Parts: sequence; C-alpha cells; structure tokens
Amino acid sequence: MNGLTLRNPITLAVLATVLLFLIGSTFAIVPETRQAVVLRFGEPVRIYNSYKTNEAFGHTGAGLKVRMPFLDQIIWIDKRVQSVTMERQQVLSTDQLRLQVDAFARYRIIDPQQMYRSAGTEERVADALRPILGSALRNELGKRTAQTLLTPERGEVMSNIRRSLNRVARQYGAEIIDVRIMRADLPDGAPLQGAFQRMRTAREQEALTIRAEGARRARLIQAQADAEAAKVYAASFGKDPQFYDFYRAMQSYRLTFAPDASGETTAVLSADNDYLRQFRGH
Amino acid sequence: MDSQTKQWPARRGPGTRLPMAEGGPWGDRDENGEKKRGGPRNPWTPPPRGEDGGKGGGRGPSAIDELLRRARETFGGGGLPERPSARTLWPYIVGGVLLIWIATTSFHSIGAKERGIVSFLGSYSRELSPGFNMTLPAPLESVTVVDVAEIRTIDLGSAGDESQKLVLTGDQNIINLGYSVRWNIRNAEQYAFQIAEPEDTIKEVADSAMRAVVATVSLSDALGAGRNAIEAQVQNRIQEILDGYGSGILIQGVAIKQADPPEAVIEAFKDVTAAQQASESALNQARAYAQQIAAQSQGEAAAFDLAYEQYRLAPDVTRRRMYYETMEKVLSGVNKTIVEANGVTPYLPLPAVRPPARTTTVEATQSQGQQGGGQ
Repeated sequence: MNGLTLRNPITLAVLATVLLFLIGSTFAIVPETRQAVVLRFGEPVRIYNSYKTNEAFGHTGAGLKVRMPFLDQIIWIDKRVQSVTMERQQVLSTDQLRLQVDAFARYRIIDPQQMYRSAGTEERVADALRPILGSALRNELGKRTAQTLLTPERGEVMSNIRRSLNRVARQYGAEIIDVRIMRADLPDGAPLQGAFQRMRTAREQEALTIRAEGARRARLIQAQADAEAAKVYAASFGKDPQFYDFYRAMQSYRLTFAPDASGETTAVLSADNDYLRQFRGH
Repeated sequence: MDSQTKQWPARRGPGTRLPMAEGGPWGDRDENGEKKRGGPRNPWTPPPRGEDGGKGGGRGPSAIDELLRRARETFGGGGLPERPSARTLWPYIVGGVLLIWIATTSFHSIGAKERGIVSFLGSYSRELSPGFNMTLPAPLESVTVVDVAEIRTIDLGSAGDESQKLVLTGDQNIINLGYSVRWNIRNAEQYAFQIAEPEDTIKEVADSAMRAVVATVSLSDALGAGRNAIEAQVQNRIQEILDGYGSGILIQGVAIKQADPPEAVIEAFKDVTAAQQASESALNQARAYAQQIAAQSQGEAAAFDLAYEQYRLAPDVTRRRMYYETMEKVLSGVNKTIVEANGVTPYLPLPAVRPPARTTTVEATQSQGQQGGGQ
C-alpha cells in the first residue's frame, strides 16, 4: 500500500511540495548583500552575515544557513551602503542669510539586531534618520556664516554633522559613513533676484570700465601718433621755416584750387598780382 | 486526438503488455489504475480487447464494429489512453527540463568586457574571466554578469530645470552648470555587493563634489579659464568619496559641458563681451589712425627734405619755378577775371562773375584773393 501511494502522481506532487516547503523553511541562502536576523517567536535569536569591517567577500557570513522550520522567521536587512536624502530645507546662518540646503547621508546597518529591536524595518531607519539629519544640519549651519559653506571649512561642518547624526544612528544599529551637502543655494524670490541684480550691476560696471578703458587707450594712441608726427614735421620743416612757408603754401594752393576740388572757383586777379608781373610786360 | 488514439494502442500494445506479463513497473501501475479507477466505468477494458480483436481477428468481425469501438474509445475515454504514455514520458520530461536547467545555469559565456561574479549558495566564491566558463547549476551557484569595461555616462545639471543647474561660486555669484561624469566598474564584486544604488550614489556624490569645488573658485574661473582644474578636482573628489564607500567604481572623467551665467543676467554678460569688442575696435581704429599719421608725416617730411635739398642748391630759381608751376596748375582750371584798373576802385558785378553753383566758402576765398590782389 505504501509503494502504491508513492507511485500516485498526486501523492508524489504533494510530497514533493511538502519536501520543498520543508527545505525552503529549513535552509536559507543568505546572499552577500543581505544580513539575516532569525526570529523565534518574534525574538531575535541569531544573526547571519552581519557586517564586519574589512571582511573579504567569500569569507563573510553569507551562504547556506539552517533554521528551525516554521518556528524561525528571517528578517532580511540590507548590508550595502544605503542613502537617506534630506528634502530641501531653508537654513538660516548666523549672518542672517537664508540658504536652501539639501543633503544626503550614506549609512550602513552594522547591528541588525539593534536595528530590528529599535526600528523594525529598514524604511523606518531611513525615516528616523531623515529629520535628524535635517536638524543636525540646521544646528551646525546656524552656528556659522553662510560663507563657511563656500569654503574648505565645509568639510569640518560635514564631519560635525556626521558625528552628531552618528550618535543617533547607533541607536538604530546604523553607522553613518558620510554626510554631504548636495546643494546650498539662495532661496527663490528676493534673495536670488538680489544676487542676480548684484551680478548684473557688477557686469554693467565691468562693461562700462572696459569701454572707458578702451576709449582712454585709443585716445592715447592717437595723441602719441599726433605728437610723433609733429616731431617728425618739426625736425624736417624746422630746417628752413621760410622755405617751409612757401612750400606748404604751394601745396595748399594746389589742393584748394585743384580742378577736381569741390565747387567751381572763379579767380578775380588784380593786374598787380605777382603771377601777372610778366603779363604787364615790364 | 484521433490519430493519437489510433496510433498509441497499436504502438504501445506490445510494449505495455510485455512488462505486464513480467510484472514490470509500468504494467503494474496499469493494473493498479485499472483496478482502482477503471472498475466502475471500465474504460480500460475496451482498448486491450479491441487490440486483441484487432490483432487476433480484426479482419474477422465487421470493420464497422471496430470503427464504432474506436469512436467510443475516442469519445468515452478520450484522455485515458494517453495516461500510460504520459507516465512513461515523465522521466524524460523531468530529465529534459533538468538538462536544460543545468545547461542554461552552469555554462556561462562571459564577454571580453565583462566579469562574472559567482556566488556559491549566496556566498561569494570567485570571479569569472572573459571566455567560456562552467559553474555548478543554479541553486548551488549563481552568476551575476557585470560589464566592467563599458564607460557609462551620467549627465548632470543639463537635464533638469533651470534652478537645478544653478551653482554658487566662491565669490557668491551664480552660474548655470551642466556636466557629465564618465565611469566604469573597477571592482566587480565591490560594485555588486557594496552599494545599494550605484547610479544614484554617483549622481549625488558628483553633485555634491561639483558644488563643493565650484564654491571655492571665482566666477571667472568657473566660466572659463579654470574649467580644466575644476574638472580634475571634481574627479578626484568623487573618486575619493566613492572609494570611501568601497564602491568599486572608477571615475574616468568629469566634463563640464556648459558653464554659463544664469538666464536672468546673461544680457549683462553679453554686454561685457560687447564692451570688450567695442573697446578692442576703438583701439584698432586708433592704431590705424596712428599708422596713417606716422606714414603721412614721414612721407611729407621726406618729400620736404628732398625738395629742400634741391632748393638749397638754387634757392631763387627753384622758388620761382615752384611758384609758376603751382600757379599754372591752379589757374589753368579756374574761371579767371583780371581787373586792370590802377588807382581806380574797380566795380565788381559780383552776380555776373558768380557761377550758378558756387559755395559761400569759395566766395570768401575769392574776395580775400581779390583783396590780396588789390593790395
């Protein structure tokens, strides 16, 4: 009869399912990326693959693990570095400058049991850390000027925030690896427009300065050229001022009364004119 | 269906019967099935009998009887004749599925740019190099293939809205920044196991690093000259932070694609450029004028010098020659009126000598000339 039931496909299928279910609830594959908290009647009894610093992959607690079927329940907790992002917040610095700041913290759950006891789920860890990140940031920035954020001192601010956030994170079995300010901007509206206005006027001033400077240098170049020309003229013409007077007058007449000069010229000459001296025949 | 019912009994008849006679497993089961389920409806009896009949005296009874029986078989117990076949196929199906399963999960072809990460029951075991690799089948070993050589690009700043791109510089100005980060995977297992959301991590870290670096430089550096330095600094900084996470990511480069003043003030910036151009063109014009003046003065001076050289040799003659030449040239092309009235004040009918299109300037010159001539 036993052999008979075993050969029945339905019985077989049921048996196989039960077996699979048993295997499934007895063995658990713990991957490298996750930590497992084993709960028995809701109480954590064991932890597999909990995070240790500087452990090499392949030598961690990951692998095939045994548990009591039906009694043990496994809570999976991410072992990787996770992120909690703070929503944009307005922060008032000591110099009464408002800044829109958003930041993120990277953390890892290093004590899964503590995390399970205090938070329950991973989401609640992130939810708990988010407001604390915000308040730590506000506290720290409230002690400093806005300019601090724009200087290398920013790093010091960050490590202070990291320290104070870490104190809280420990209660949730998490470790803060890094806190960074992503953006520190002027808020929209008046402050931003003010900054734009300042930039605009600065540019306008720059443009004016450039134009004036250009004009000054151009004028200087012209004046120098004129002076140089005067020097050349003087050096040359100064040799015989009287001849220059005559020479220049001749040039000038040619130019002024040239046939192609604008307008028509009518010359009314007196017979006493020097040019007509020979005209008179004496 | 019809063809199956016709084929199977014919083909399987001897096969099923032989083990049955020997007490083989299939025959045994057949018997069981017959006993258990076939009893009341008796679906199993007709086929063997039919086969018997078909074999023994198929041609004996009427062929119509045979046909009817087969029809009844088909409709009455259609599915049932398949049972033995399905049962015999089971191991093959299972075996086939297992084979396919093993084949698909234990042979891995890793491309030249890829690495395979093998986990034995969840625990990291080894890395597969490019080529054809074998592992244990799926539940035991699983393989994650990671493309390590491909350089991926994340665009930051340019995609978002205007306010996303605004970055504060060290001198409290604001610039509009768009840049991209190129990265690939340096260490496949770190990449696979250490970071929850690699791409988001790079984005956030890059944004933070870029803003931190830009906050230390001046507006003009960020807009132009300092770009390369900024890119290098940001790249180092991102790499440092990501290494701190043990991410296994290698930053290949950061490229600033756009660094402009914000839209709101761009006109003022353009005006600065325009002013620079205007200033430059004023300088050019001044330089051109200077060249011109210098050339002219030198030319005129040289011409005077040459003329003076000759004049010095024979002052009187040269002077007169020049005078006559000039007068000739000047007076040959003009209307001339010669007034010869010694001691008498000449009456000049000015409108008569005035040509129709004459300018006042010329008139003035003429009257002066007349005065000069009069004296």
